[in-house]
Amino acid sequence: MSFDYILSVLKPMLEGAQVTILLFLIAIVISIPFGFLLTLASRSNIRMISWMAQGYIYIMRGTPLLLQLLFICFGLPMLPVVGEYLVLDRFVAACLGFILNYAAYFAEIFRGGLLSIDKGQYEASQVLGMNRWQTLTRIIIPQMFRVALPAVANESVTLVKDTALLYAVAVPELLHFAQTAVNRDFTILPFFLAAIIYLLMTLILSLFFKFLERRFKFE
Amino acid sequence: MSIITVSNLKKSYGDLEVLKGINFNVDKNDVVAIIGPSGSGKSTMLRSLIHLEEINDGTISIDGQELVKNGVYAKAHDLKQITSKMGMVFQHFNLFPHLTVKENLEIAPKMAKKEAIKVIQQRSEELLHKVGLTSWAKSYPAKLSGGQKQRVAIARALMMDPEILLFDEPTSALDPELTGEVLQVMKDLAQEKMTMIVVTHEMGFAKEVATKAIFMDNGEIVESGEPGALFTNPQFDRTKAFLQRSLSS
Ligand SMILES: Nc1ncnc2c1ncn2[C@@H]1O[C@H](COP(=O)(O)OP(=O)(O)O)[C@@H](O)[C@H]1O
Ligand SMILES: [Mg+2]
Repeated sequence: MSFDYILSVLKPMLEGAQVTILLFLIAIVISIPFGFLLTLASRSNIRMISWMAQGYIYIMRGTPLLLQLLFICFGLPMLPVVGEYLVLDRFVAACLGFILNYAAYFAEIFRGGLLSIDKGQYEASQVLGMNRWQTLTRIIIPQMFRVALPAVANESVTLVKDTALLYAVAVPELLHFAQTAVNRDFTILPFFLAAIIYLLMTLILSLFFKFLERRFKFE
Repeated sequence: MSIITVSNLKKSYGDLEVLKGINFNVDKNDVVAIIGPSGSGKSTMLRSLIHLEEINDGTISIDGQELVKNGVYAKAHDLKQITSKMGMVFQHFNLFPHLTVKENLEIAPKMAKKEAIKVIQQRSEELLHKVGLTSWAKSYPAKLSGGQKQRVAIARALMMDPEILLFDEPTSALDPELTGEVLQVMKDLAQEKMTMIVVTHEMGFAKEVATKAIFMDNGEIVESGEPGALFTNPQFDRTKAFLQRSLSS
């Protein structure tokens, strides 16, 4: 098992890892704010909005992500009339699937964060003359994010691993290239290499969140 | 001239009437101690004054302006302007845990944008000095003792320059050895002629500092008057029984 061989399989896998990382970044950057909007919507005083948000969260969390991805990639184009306009680039479709799914999970995490905030925080803000927007942005949201941070960290690590689902919709990423090499060369080494790369990614991510948790300890 | 007048204040939670037509006045520079058994409606009454509770009926005037008249509230803009004359200190402090002590003091005035940042910072330094916490300016509330937290909360309320300060059991959540430092700050404020309404179980403080005591029971004011007289010579059995219980415990 030569060093050259390792390098030769590593190269496409690292290119695949770029797709993984890109998907991760796009999904996390969009699904967190979208998730927070869902949280607000689910607590809206307007019944209709609150129900729709809660229904959405329920469906996205209650069905497999893989099913949702397959639906967006292969199901949407089969819809009558509109289907032909819904043939999305696979990577774009996958991003969409991850964003829609993860936003629901983040919404649930943030909802828990909001519930954990004592009503005294709202009351103190009110008697100090702060309006609702100021209270939300300066007092509530920062505390909510702080409470939610460990759960967000968990969910983010899961997201890194879930990117392997791209395999099922034939977007070439890290796992795809590992599998190709395993089949071609009859060796399981690429699987180990893939595992190491995933571990490195999740390790870096975990360290990043540990840093955030320390940085925002408020002690 | 009264700075607060309350008449016929009524408040229910569902079928439960917790305030049954309250009437009282507070004069400028008064320190009013509100005493009474738990569940008698003291907090609800105090919170109604600063619009943390919506009342069902009655009139509340603050400094000549009607916050609510016969159960009808002033317009949102006026409400804000009227309640801004008051500050409130809570039993559980309600400091903002993600902000330092200094930031806790400065955030509301900065949001209000009525003054230059320099002016705000200067006042926060003065007030931290006043409550003896200058060296804690950059600490987060989690690092402070209960007594220190409550002193920060008082300083934070004073940042908005209120004419009236409301206290809801400011020392009830504190270890006994920490109540003194908070009561001392309140005494200093009384000496500076701050108008205060204090819901309290501290009979010593009520007797020594208050200019007026109000005894509440079961959603009503049973009796009120000069604290010395009320404590030594209560007119009603309910007051007597309450005082006996609280002085013996
Ligand atoms: N949010 C609420 N919902 C229902 N009942 C309440 C609420 N807040 C207070 N009460 C009731 O109102 C009564 C007066 O409460 P409160 O003003 O807190 O009394 P105190 O401060 O004198 O102990 C109590 O019977 C209490 O159970
Ligand atoms: Mg109370």
